[in-house]
Order: sequence, then structure tokens, then C-alpha cells
Amino acid sequence: MSDVRYTDQHEWIRLEGDEATVGITKFAAESLGDVVFVELPASGKTVKAGGEAAVVESVKAASDIYAPVGGTVTAVNAALEKEPSKVNEDPEGAGWFFKMKLSDKSELSKLMDAAAYAKFVESL
Amino acid sequence: MSMNNQGRPSSAGEAFPASIATISGDRGLDHEEALIFELGHGACGVDLPDVKISDTRLGGVRRKGAIGLPGLSEPEVIRHYVRLSRKNYAIDSGLYPLGSCTMKHNPRLNEKMARLPGFGDLHPLAPQSTTQGALELISQLMTWLTGLTGMPAVAMSPKAGAHGELCGLLAIRAAIAARGEDRKRILVPESAHGTNPATAAFAGFTVDEVPAKPNGHVDAGALKAKLGPDVAAIMLTNPNTCGLFEGEIIEIAEAVHAAGGYFYCDGANFNAIAGKVRPGDLGIDAMHINLHKTFSTPHGGGGPGAGPVVLSARLAAYAPIPLLVADGKGLKLIEDLAAAPNGAKPFGRMCAFHGQMGMFTRALTYMLSHGRDGVRQASEDAVLSANYILASLKDVMSAPFGDGPCMHEALFDDSFLEGTGVTTLDFAKAMIDEGYHPMTMYFPLVVHGAMLIEPTESESKHSLDRFIHVLHTLATEARAKKTVRFAGAPHLAPRRRLDETAAARKPVLRWKPDPLKEAAE
Amino acid sequence: MRYLPLTPDDRRAMLAKIGAADVDALFRDVPKSAMAPLSKFDLPDTQGEMEVERALSKLAAKNVAAGAAPFFCGAGAYKHHVPSAVDHLIQRSEFLTSYTPYQPEIAQGTLQYLFEFQTQVALLTGMEVANASLYDGSTATAEAVLMAQRITKRGKAILSGGLHPHYAETVETVASLFGPMTRSPVTPGSAEDIIALIDEETACVVVQSPDVFGLIRNLRPIAEAAHAKGALLIAVVTEVVSLGLLEPPGAQGADIVAAEGQSIGNGLNFGGPYVGLFAAREKFLRQMPGRLCGETVDAQGRRGYVLTLSTREQHIRREKATSNICTNSGLCTLAFTIHLSLLGEEGLTRLARINHAKACALADRLKELPGIELVTPAFFNEFTIRLPKPAAPVVEALAAKGVIAGVPASRLLPRDKSAENLLILAVTETAMDDDFAALTNALQGALA
Repeated sequence: MSDVRYTDQHEWIRLEGDEATVGITKFAAESLGDVVFVELPASGKTVKAGGEAAVVESVKAASDIYAPVGGTVTAVNAALEKEPSKVNEDPEGAGWFFKMKLSDKSELSKLMDAAAYAKFVESL
Repeated sequence: MSMNNQGRPSSAGEAFPASIATISGDRGLDHEEALIFELGHGACGVDLPDVKISDTRLGGVRRKGAIGLPGLSEPEVIRHYVRLSRKNYAIDSGLYPLGSCTMKHNPRLNEKMARLPGFGDLHPLAPQSTTQGALELISQLMTWLTGLTGMPAVAMSPKAGAHGELCGLLAIRAAIAARGEDRKRILVPESAHGTNPATAAFAGFTVDEVPAKPNGHVDAGALKAKLGPDVAAIMLTNPNTCGLFEGEIIEIAEAVHAAGGYFYCDGANFNAIAGKVRPGDLGIDAMHINLHKTFSTPHGGGGPGAGPVVLSARLAAYAPIPLLVADGKGLKLIEDLAAAPNGAKPFGRMCAFHGQMGMFTRALTYMLSHGRDGVRQASEDAVLSANYILASLKDVMSAPFGDGPCMHEALFDDSFLEGTGVTTLDFAKAMIDEGYHPMTMYFPLVVHGAMLIEPTESESKHSLDRFIHVLHTLATEARAKKTVRFAGAPHLAPRRRLDETAAARKPVLRWKPDPLKEAAE
Repeated sequence: MRYLPLTPDDRRAMLAKIGAADVDALFRDVPKSAMAPLSKFDLPDTQGEMEVERALSKLAAKNVAAGAAPFFCGAGAYKHHVPSAVDHLIQRSEFLTSYTPYQPEIAQGTLQYLFEFQTQVALLTGMEVANASLYDGSTATAEAVLMAQRITKRGKAILSGGLHPHYAETVETVASLFGPMTRSPVTPGSAEDIIALIDEETACVVVQSPDVFGLIRNLRPIAEAAHAKGALLIAVVTEVVSLGLLEPPGAQGADIVAAEGQSIGNGLNFGGPYVGLFAAREKFLRQMPGRLCGETVDAQGRRGYVLTLSTREQHIRREKATSNICTNSGLCTLAFTIHLSLLGEEGLTRLARINHAKACALADRLKELPGIELVTPAFFNEFTIRLPKPAAPVVEALAAKGVIAGVPASRLLPRDKSAENLLILAVTETAMDDDFAALTNALQGALA
């Protein structure tokens, strides 16, 4: 099983080889409510850890999605533009946002693992 | 004795079962109404001759296709819009407690005066010798606005509150540039109206948020700590959006000035203090005045408004064109940047022509009607009514800052609904079934599940008591977990809750002809 | 005071419930030094309705209403006949005294007319989507330039010399914070070489048609040139009745249309309130400023309308909003929508032809006068003539004789010597033969 890490801004990141997939957690998707629009980054965009990478909108709120680690965007989930509801239906699967090539894999170690994130969510 | 020989029934009849659909789809006075585009049938609501013209002077761009507008006669158009109007709540039909929006009575004399041909049918570029009465009206309104605020100058052209904010910030920008400085940061409390940070960004500044204290006031200490040589201004609403007067405002103004910055005050809540407190005595440099709030020009379903900006002596020189000046022959508009009188350095122009004259006429009519004593009484009554609501409801609803008095609006949060399954939204929607417009919800952002109630000075005590009774009962029922009134409310309005998610996911923003029907025709 | 329902007894009872000694106890957070006694306000006291009406009427009587004289002013504001039904309907309490439709269940009236308005604006301009209005044509133009800057991520805007100078100044005031503004030089009544100014840094070209001198412009070649460099064409219309006769900007390649809607349904009002029309290509929807109304269904599946895509707006997106606009032109959009519904296809196209025919008739009459030259070869209902002497004093002299002859170009372009002798005249359906005769005679007299 691949390793998934979490941020305190409720993004998840899954590393597979050199590439990592990024999305928002089930907890975030539930608290946002029905997602109506997703703005994805341009492929090739370089992002810094914690930098704004995408935007997710519900009817009454717009939230920035931050890059969990630094790197370059290599692919985006264009299906979300037509079907933003995928973020609610399967946030940690088909509702992924973008894939990126990491500039420094060691940054991943600063993020939470599943157990730590579950504890973090409980504390909110 | 005479008998009922017409056979007229004398009893009220059986109740109509709610489950039976009507044949027409209408329900008594509640009519379903199609779009105007679905009602057109080639009729026309005006009588105009069919004049033939040649194409020789049309530059080769004469329209080729039809526009696609529907054709209806006058009675059909009138019925359509009258039917639509009946689906709206309005101040004239009930208490409208929208906090921060100030839904007060709109006197009809104001409407009548704005429609006098000398104002309503006056062209903005007519020779100035033929518009002296209009210029005099603007000048009188300026006297009222500067008199009530204790500020030396006012820019009249901004078209609404947010446009006034922009005007104020552009004046500040120009004043800073004139000092040869570069200041990019604007401090905005987190309780601010959304227009404040939006305007700051619009005017090319960066926004730095200042937290609120647990008592609902801005954290003056945090604010002072953020001051520095790159701070252009602070934008503060006073009374603030929690309905509280910022008591430390004079010290804040002094600290901002000492740090070389300017003090922009969002005047959206000026209606709480007009005739009681002069913003000029508080150290404010610029403040817009929403004529459609404080001075009762009608909201009209979302506008038009007007947002003149009063300016301190430090900013007065930078007011945008047009400027109104008196010369030997009367009043004159200065419409050219290069023709500004000595000392004036206008930063530019906010809009074509001279501002919202139609709103000026209404506002001046309102001010003359009230007089300074009436304006003061209106502020006092607005504050008194809000406090009466606060005092009457704080035993069952939760007032986060309810220990002291509020200004013109009473703020509640949703902690009294905790564990009931009823949300702020449900509570507000249940008010609709009771015949009331809901209060402002989920604003300000600094309390959870906010409910902001602004009764204004326009309600009688009887009306306030009835409103309090309804809210008190609703809150009591919610706390007792009697949730039947709340789940899925409203039930009795022209529409049930609307699917906003569907509207946003697949936006349908205009009517389009049905292609199948078109083809059949 | 007739607008205040609380009686002294009510106030006392309410204070008792609150537990406050007097009303000033409720103002206890205000610094003592800032509490102003009534004497600090050097303003008059309350007056009855009759007295106020008298005072306002006196001021109104000092002005010459457009309907009270032969009248030919345009340049961004036009006198048209507005059917009586319009003003009656917009004064219904349910429209006049309601707020922005944030509670859609009890605001379907407002929401449905906004949806109708958006459709009408899209149809008229030939665009795919339109918003629920901005303040007026000039601020709509400024918003269009800001939107083009966001879309193209470029700063530079090229403003046609035929753009209304007030509009150009409004654009420059806000959009110059984000990029350079270039005004194209123009010879009134002639095409300008605006295409040569477009380069790879250009966000947008802003062209008005009919322009401020009344000249009809062909937007197609400008649109093509702009698109070739990745720039947008913003088309500006100040006389929206012209769209009943002219090809819509959308069909000529415009990407955004900003227009003044005053001509339909709204009075002159000395310059405001008016109504800004704003339409664009659908692909730019997310970058549009202002409110949008959309169709949806309620919990019972019945069609209804809501404000939508609000996350673009200030009350949600705050400093990242597409615009800071909040209050817009609600009631003016209603007047526009009702008037246009009364006109319909037949009424608007006839109205447009009448306007053009009358303007042609006056232009033909004036150009026969000695020393007068018609400057604009193609126009809708507004044209420019060159007088043998400065136009401003001539207009003043005619005003003294009870004829409002038009707008001297120098009022809009005070520093442009070449504009000094130009007079801009608008002719609508309201102008009659008597008015033409009065103008012709007075002008002849003033030029003799």
C-alpha cells in the first residue's frame, strides 16, 4: 500500500514512485458541503510547500487548496471541472485534484500520517 | 322575514385539503408566473409608426437577424410584473430585520420629489446656466453631510457604499503618493463587511486582518502592534458589525495618525449615531455614507444606492472630479482634472457625470423632513428598539456580547440551538412561515451561526412586541427540541428551499428557446 | 415626527424593560467628549411635508427640464419616452422597498425579473451571458478592463479616442493601478488607427460604437486584430436603443460588452442613477463582476431562481473577489426590463428606426446652413457638426433663448483645441418638427 500523508489544512498526498497525488480529506469535503466548482492549477506550475495551488468552492464558501510540499504540477483531474461532486463522493479517490513531481521528498516527513491526522481531526 | 332565496351559502365551507393540487397550478392569490419570454405572442405594448430607412448612414453594420425579444400588450406586461411583485417581501408589508442593511421606512414624498421634471428630466450635460437648481440641491446636501459628520469636505459622485470605499482609498493613495511615500498595507478587522477587504485589493493594497477581542470589539492592542511605515490606512466600521461602538476609537485614530496612516471608517452603520456623534470628532479621515441606508433612499431590490464620502482636511484636496464651486454667477461644476482650483489635486474620476442625483433628491427630502432633531431622534429610536429586542430575547437566545447595551442592531449566536438539531438557517427560514423576513445570518464572521437583528426606528412598539413574541416562542420550541416548525422551513412561502448547489454546478443564467418547439413552429 | 412610530410613553416603557435610565445610557461606549449636543449641528429642524415639497419644488423650478424646451443633448444620456406603466410598476412597494434577494423563497419577484433582465441583455448585445447589472456604463467599462486584465494576465489597455471621455477617465482612475492605459488619438468622425497600437502586452482594446461623436464603428477588424495578439475586445455602447438597428457587438467579435442602459426605462436624472449592462462570453463567466441570477428548482421540484456563483463576490471571497461591488442598480434594471418588455421585438426595432430617421432629417437640415459641416458620415441618433466658431458660447446663447442645442465637444474635451467648434447633437423620438425649426432658426441667428 502506498503511503498517504496529511496536512493540518486537510489536504492528503499519496506518493507513488516519483509522482504524488493531492486531494482534500473526507473530513474537509464533509465540512465544505456540496462542492460546486474546482479551479485547478495549470500543468507545469511550480508550487511551494503551503503555497496556493487550487480553489474549491461550495455554494457559500471558497477555500484555497495548498500544496502539501513543494514541486511541479504534472497532471490535473480535469473531470472535476465537469463533475465537482466527485470531491464529495470520493474525496480520497476519484476526487483527487492534481499530481505533482516533488522537489524534495524529505518534506513529506513533516506531514502527519493517518493516525496523527485522525487524532488532529478529533481535537478540532 | 325575508328568506335566503338566492341560495347563497352561509357557512365558510369545508377546508380545502392541502394535498389536492389546483387545476391551474395557482393557489388563490399565489399565482405561478411564466417567464416573459414564454408569454410573448407577437403583440406590442407601444404604438410606434413603422418608419422605413435607408442603410446609407449605418456604416455597413445594420442588424441582420432578429433580436429574439417577446411581444406582449400593455395589460399583459402589467399583469406579469404585478404577479411577480407579489412574490416579494418588502418593508412596506412587514418588519425587515436585516442587520447591517438598514431596512427603514421609505417616505413617498422622496419619490415624488425625485420625479419633479426639473430633477428627473434634467440632462447631466445641459448648459450649467439651466441646471442651477440641481447644483444648489447638491450643495445643500453637501452642507447636511458635512454638518452631520463634522467633516470639512465631501465627494459626491460615488454610486454606492463600496464605490465610496474605493473613492476614500484612492484619496488616501493619492495623499500618500503626494508625500513621496509608498505604503501598501491596509489593516482590516476580521469582523468587517466583505466590501472592505475587496475594496482594498481593488485599490491595489494588500489586506492585513486584525482580530476581534472576545467582547466583540476590535483588538486595539493588536491593531497598534501592526502599525508601521508600510501601513497606508485602517478600515474600521463604527459602530462595528457586531452592533457595538468602538470605544477606543479616538486612541486608535491617534495611533494610526502617529504612524503616518489614515483612518477610513465604513459608514454603513452611521444610522446609529447620526445627529448624536460627529465622525469628525473621532479622528476619521474618510467615511462613506450609504444614502440608501441612513437617509432612506429605497433599496429597490438591490439598488441603486449612493455613497458620498466625507473627507478630513488631510484628504479634502484629493477629492475626485467633478468638484462643485461657487463663482460670481452661481454654482459651477469643475469637470476637468486640469481645471481644478488652487490647491485641489483630484485623484481622478469615479464615474461619468456627477453621481446619483436621483438619490440626492430623495436623501435631501428625507433630511429636510426629519430636520436635525428628527435625525437625532431616529438614531435614538433605532438604538432603543435594538436594545429592547436584545433585552427581550437574551433569556432564550444567546447574545454573545449581551452584557452591555448594543447600538442599532442586536447580535445573537447559535449556542442556544446547540444539541437541538436546529441550525441558524432553519431558525431564520422558520421566521418566513411566521410572516417575517429573516435577520442577517452567518454575518459577522466572528461569532458562530450569527443572527444579526436590526429593527430600525420605523417599527411601533406593538410591531416590536409581536416580533419578539414570535422569536421568543420559536427559540423556546427549538430549545425544547420541538423541531417541526424548523425542519425544511419555509413551508408557506411561494417557494420551498431552493437548490443552490444545482444552480451553481450547472449554471443556467438566461432563458433559451426550446429547440424542439422552435423546430415545430 | 411623522415617520417615527414610537411615542414618549413607548420609549419610557422600553427603557424600563432594558433597565436603562435614559437613552444616552445606551450610548455609554461613546467617549464623552464625542457626544454632540443638538446645538453642534448647524442645520434646520423638522418640517412638514408641505414645507419640504415647497422647498424642493423651488429648486426644481430653477432648472430647464429636457421636456420643457427644444432639446438635443446626448453624449451618454438620452431623453426617450418612457411608458407610464414603467414608473407605476417600479413604485410598487414589493419592488421599491425590498432588499437584495438573499432569501429566495420570498424574493422570487426580484429574482425572476433579474433572470429576464440577464436574458434581455444577452440577446441585445449578442453575448452568451450577462450579469444582473452594475452601477452605470462608465463603471461597467472600468470593470470590463479589470476583468480583461485578470483574464489575460496583462496590464495594458488601449482606449479608443472615440470612447466617452468620462468613461476613459473612469477606466484610467481604477485600471491604471494594474497596467498602463493608452488613449488612441482620434479625428472626430473618422476611423482611427487603433489596430497599430495593439501588441503582445495588450490586455484589451476598448471601443465605443456609436462613439462619443455619434460615429458608428465597425468592430470586426479590431476584434480580429486584438484576438491575433491574444487581447480582448471590449465593446462599449452608451445608447442602447441603437442595438435595435445595429449589429450587436457579440456578432462583431466583442469579448465583453459594457453598456449604459439608461435609454430604456430610465429618466435622465441629471446623470444618475443609471444602469450598467455587462455581458461576456460564457468562458469568462468565473471572472465576471457583480451579481448573477440562475435558474434552479425548489424542494418540491418547482422552477425558481437564486443568486448564484456568489463565491466570486466580496461577501464571500473578500480580498480575492472579482469586484468590490455590492449594491447595484436593482430598480433601474426593473425599469429597463419592463420598458423592453413593452417594446418587444417590434417596438424596439421601430423605435430605433424612428430615432435614426429623425437624426438623419435634422442632420440634413443643419448641414444646409452656411458654415456648418456634418462631421459624422455614419451615425445612429447622434451626430457631430462643426460650427464656424466655438460651440460652447453658441450653446449658452441658445440656452438663453430657450433652446438646448446639444453638448459642445469642449465640455468633454476641454483641452483639445480641435474640438472647440464641434457640437454633438442627439435626436430621439421625442424631438418634433417644431423643435427642429426652433433649433435651426436659433442656430442661424447665433451664427449670423
